[in-house]
Amino acid sequence: MYKYDEYDQSIVDARVEEFRDQVQRRLAGQLTEDQFKPLRLMNGLYLQLHAYMLRVAVPYGTLNGRQMRLLAHIARTYDRGYGHFTTRQNIQYNWIKLADAPDILAELAKAEMHAIQTSGNCIRNISSDQFAGAAADEVTDPRPWAELLRQWSTFHPEFTYLPRKFKIAVIAADEDRAAMRLHDIGLQITRRDGILGARVFVGGGMGRTPMIAPEIRDFVPADQLLSYLEAALRVYNRYGRRDNIYKARIKILVHEIGADRYRDEVELEFAQVLTLGIDPPAAELARISAMFAPPAFDAVPSVPHELAAHDPDFAIWRTQNVSAHKQPGYAIVTVSLKPIGGIPGDASADQINVMADLAERYSHDELRVTHAQNIVLPHVREADLYAVWQALADAGLAEANLDLISDIIACPGLDYCSLANARSIPLAQKIATRFAPRQQDLGELKLKISGCINACGHHHAGHIGILGVDRKGTENYQLLLGGSGAEDVSLGKITGPGFDEDGIVDAIERVADRYVAERSEGERFLDTYRRIGMQPFKEAIYG
Amino acid sequence: MKILTGNDLATGDVIWWSGAAWSRHVEDAADVADQGEAIARAEEGARRVTGAYVIDATQTPDGPRPAHIKDRIRALGPTVRPDLTLKPADPAAGSWVI
Ligand code: SF4
Repeated sequence: MYKYDEYDQSIVDARVEEFRDQVQRRLAGQLTEDQFKPLRLMNGLYLQLHAYMLRVAVPYGTLNGRQMRLLAHIARTYDRGYGHFTTRQNIQYNWIKLADAPDILAELAKAEMHAIQTSGNCIRNISSDQFAGAAADEVTDPRPWAELLRQWSTFHPEFTYLPRKFKIAVIAADEDRAAMRLHDIGLQITRRDGILGARVFVGGGMGRTPMIAPEIRDFVPADQLLSYLEAALRVYNRYGRRDNIYKARIKILVHEIGADRYRDEVELEFAQVLTLGIDPPAAELARISAMFAPPAFDAVPSVPHELAAHDPDFAIWRTQNVSAHKQPGYAIVTVSLKPIGGIPGDASADQINVMADLAERYSHDELRVTHAQNIVLPHVREADLYAVWQALADAGLAEANLDLISDIIACPGLDYCSLANARSIPLAQKIATRFAPRQQDLGELKLKISGCINACGHHHAGHIGILGVDRKGTENYQLLLGGSGAEDVSLGKITGPGFDEDGIVDAIERVADRYVAERSEGERFLDTYRRIGMQPFKEAIYG
Repeated sequence: MKILTGNDLATGDVIWWSGAAWSRHVEDAADVADQGEAIARAEEGARRVTGAYVIDATQTPDGPRPAHIKDRIRALGPTVRPDLTLKPADPAAGSWVI
């Protein structure tokens, strides 16, 4: 894992003290709310439906046990005993007091964490593949590149006031576990003729105008990547619209001028930027990469699956929530934060501590937050899986539902979010409860719920997506089918008129039944949908 | 009726203007008629509230009930965590929101 150097630590510490002073001045009346709001947002502090909400960055979703334990401590000391893991691989606390915020940031800084750039029109936390460093299919670990981008984008003076927020994802495998092409910039680290570099996709995103990012360059050598990104951002900063918040994201720029013209503009700028020499020297890249060197894996034999399957519940969990690791004898564990009927992405301080303990004991002191609001223990010996599962089960964390219909992404919705039109969480609870008995039979089915058009719950990318809308003051839900955030990326389409809370659960049941009736051998829901199209599902839903 | 709400500047708590002070309980909210904006400005200036705004509500035997579900959720707390609402022991509290 990356370790802060003196420079990293000093800028984070300085920011804490700066914010402490700003909070004091706000409480003393020396700053008005209009003056203070942009300052608190730059430190991840929002005013939400019930209180202040603090969003803490988890860079590219990677944490160690100590950091995870600190998250539990904050939940217990400053909040109401729990935190909410988000689709941006971050964590949010819902009940923060303004006067406590500087102390929380100071505690975070001691563990090399912060809330900088978790809000505002800047480059946000860089997201990545939660299986980075463990996945058998990766070209290299994408996190050194994500870390390089974190350093480059932190307090980047030119990109602090972009037309709109800016999200970058970095992956290094063909399987896309990070919804890479639904980001403002998506990078796929790849190798060409032995040289490391990146495919660059620009202009993806969700929100009210969802777009899949087109490929803007098929290869940028790694030693020119920062220059290329600098150019890509400069073109956006110059031409992106600032007159209309709904048209200010880079996806609109790329769409309006076209990918070809955007590409040409970036190439022109790139030629200029290359003369500035902003790419780090090889020694700096090597320094960062060394911190992501694989842990010291033991040479242990693979444990045959059947041997481990002496307990049927464990066997189901192992099949569902354990993924192949690149190191023989090891496995990747995804801890579901989606207990049936629970709140997607929420974890209590006790549960967070349990996961920290398990990481330290069994996973080389590493955890990951996934964009699907789960937690990963990336480096677990197969021989330890049973012990890990038992500890998770004792903590209510052993739901065997990864990528099944109850593994729902749900934004906080109207229960917590001041921008919401409708509640997301109760719907997730009803759907999970209704479908849990048949979820194994339904197979991979990614269901995603947003409480408003901002799409934090990724509804456009759900095999089944749900969007909450406000219909004359009452909650109403639109149903979408056919989206995907994976390498087979696509945007869901709305089925037709919306439903109330019970109506949409029934509608999903009709969709599921139709899928079961129509599916061919081995077909996922998404495959069946793509083969037979929307019409049969519409007929099932609306008659 | 019109009632005035906002968040306590220091704690972030949802608060309601009771006519002379702020209360965490919507039952205490007073009808501000056309005075809401003026009270909001004065109270924001005194740093007792932030983000104050006027909403429509109906007077009921149990006190004012905000017209919009968003403000009813603000008044009670998250519907999915009854234990964290202002009425954790009242099983019927959630139906007041819906
Ligand atoms: S999608 Fe809307 S309701 Fe959900 S968290 Fe985002 S802004 Fe809030």
